[in-house]
Amino acid sequence: MIAEPAARPEPRQAVPTTHDESRHAPGDVTTLFERACNGDRRALGRLLTYTERGGPGADAVAVAALPLAGGAHVVGITGAPGVGKSTLTDRLAQIATDDGWRVAILAVDPSSPLTGGAILGDRVRMVSAAAPGGPFVRSMASRGQSGGLALAALAAVRLLDATGHDLVIVETVGIGQVEVDIARTADTTIVAVSPGWGDAVQANKAGLLEMADIFVVNKADRAGASDARRDLEYMLDLGHRDGWRPPVALTVATTGDGADELFKHVQDHRHHLRDSSALADRRARHVAEEVRRHLHRWVDELCEHPPERAAALFAQVAAGRLAPSAAARRLAGELGKLSDRDGETAETAGEETEV
Amino acid sequence: MSGPAGRAAGPGTERDPQLGQPVRVVLAKLGLDGHDRGLKVVARMLRDAGLEVIYLGLRQTAESILLAVEQEDADVIGLSIHNGGHLTLAPRMVEAVRTAGLDTPVVVGGIVPELDLERLRTAGVFAVLGPGASATEVAHTVRAAAAGRA
Repeated sequence: MIAEPAARPEPRQAVPTTHDESRHAPGDVTTLFERACNGDRRALGRLLTYTERGGPGADAVAVAALPLAGGAHVVGITGAPGVGKSTLTDRLAQIATDDGWRVAILAVDPSSPLTGGAILGDRVRMVSAAAPGGPFVRSMASRGQSGGLALAALAAVRLLDATGHDLVIVETVGIGQVEVDIARTADTTIVAVSPGWGDAVQANKAGLLEMADIFVVNKADRAGASDARRDLEYMLDLGHRDGWRPPVALTVATTGDGADELFKHVQDHRHHLRDSSALADRRARHVAEEVRRHLHRWVDELCEHPPERAAALFAQVAAGRLAPSAAARRLAGELGKLSDRDGETAETAGEETEV
Repeated sequence: MSGPAGRAAGPGTERDPQLGQPVRVVLAKLGLDGHDRGLKVVARMLRDAGLEVIYLGLRQTAESILLAVEQEDADVIGLSIHNGGHLTLAPRMVEAVRTAGLDTPVVVGGIVPELDLERLRTAGVFAVLGPGASATEVAHTVRAAAAGRA
């Protein structure tokens, strides 16, 4: 693989500048964050736990991370179960590491909706993760949070970014809207398929495939790989977005064939984003999306655990005395009270972000 | 079953399942030991009991397990041993955990003769689960290890 000097990320300041917001942080977050920035895996592991749990701890981590985030290139990789995402992720991480990038991986797997338990098995495929000097790998279970997962994953990516990783790869199973959303809110989204996945008609259906900046046909040593590529190219012939035609890479992740080419595509896309205004536009869209998700979470909470006044409004609608739209308008007022109640949490992050 | 002293309970370090935070357990086989069927069954038992299993699988080293424990901020290490090497492997894992300055409890599952149980406990293994252990017992033991309870 040819490494252009410009492709390599600029070195970043390892130690964060101190800011006087530690008064909000529960005790050890500031210390842990400094340790994490200096490469302390255990500190970073603990901060990710805070992030995953949400609440004041997560907000304190977000406050610490926000000013230092933005330097990493974030790659989302998604596709059907068993298509080879983890193995591909491992290959990409190895190539990038050899090229001088500091790599972190966030592997998201579903929790059981019945028991809340999960088997997070992505590390099995990530051989490089077990080696010294390999990427930082964190497994995350969806924990049955509808909007929460996406928020936790975004916050985790931001933390990995802020602690000095140059490339953050987020791997999700492309089965649910939330998982697809996570992969989509990356700088570069890779959609992986395997031979025999479908035909030209499937390729033109709306959904997952529209999200791709790069396509991968993995298991390309199997029959039907060139057919899969042809169908994807045919779909792309009919139109693509943002002045970027997604390339279609053929890979055999188990042997590493084609992985260099895939990494080259990632770098090309990164350059494409940076040379145009596309990166700033995309990130601005993602930030707006993230704020909207937080707002949504409040709305969900208001409706799922209605305080007395909200419950009274629901009852009035049920009794036919109030129009649903009118109740919603009044509930918007309740939302303000709810956000005041959570004020400690919300304002902390809110004030800090106004840098 | 006797275990090491309770885990340090600094701010945010408590992992009480009652508080809705799933226990995270790393499951692995250490060294040359090819029988992973039991480990897969245990992974499934723990999943069904509501725990989060970080599955490492076969041919791990104490170092690779420790690395995963740090990155994943795991509460418990579950080692599956079927090659008769438990008297070497399990104490090595406990020692590696302690040397690293961690207090992550180690639970052993697999074939361990009655005779060796006491030696494993003395070496600091939190508990040993044999072939007859029920799903409830497995989950209870791992939860107890996470909570630092005997």
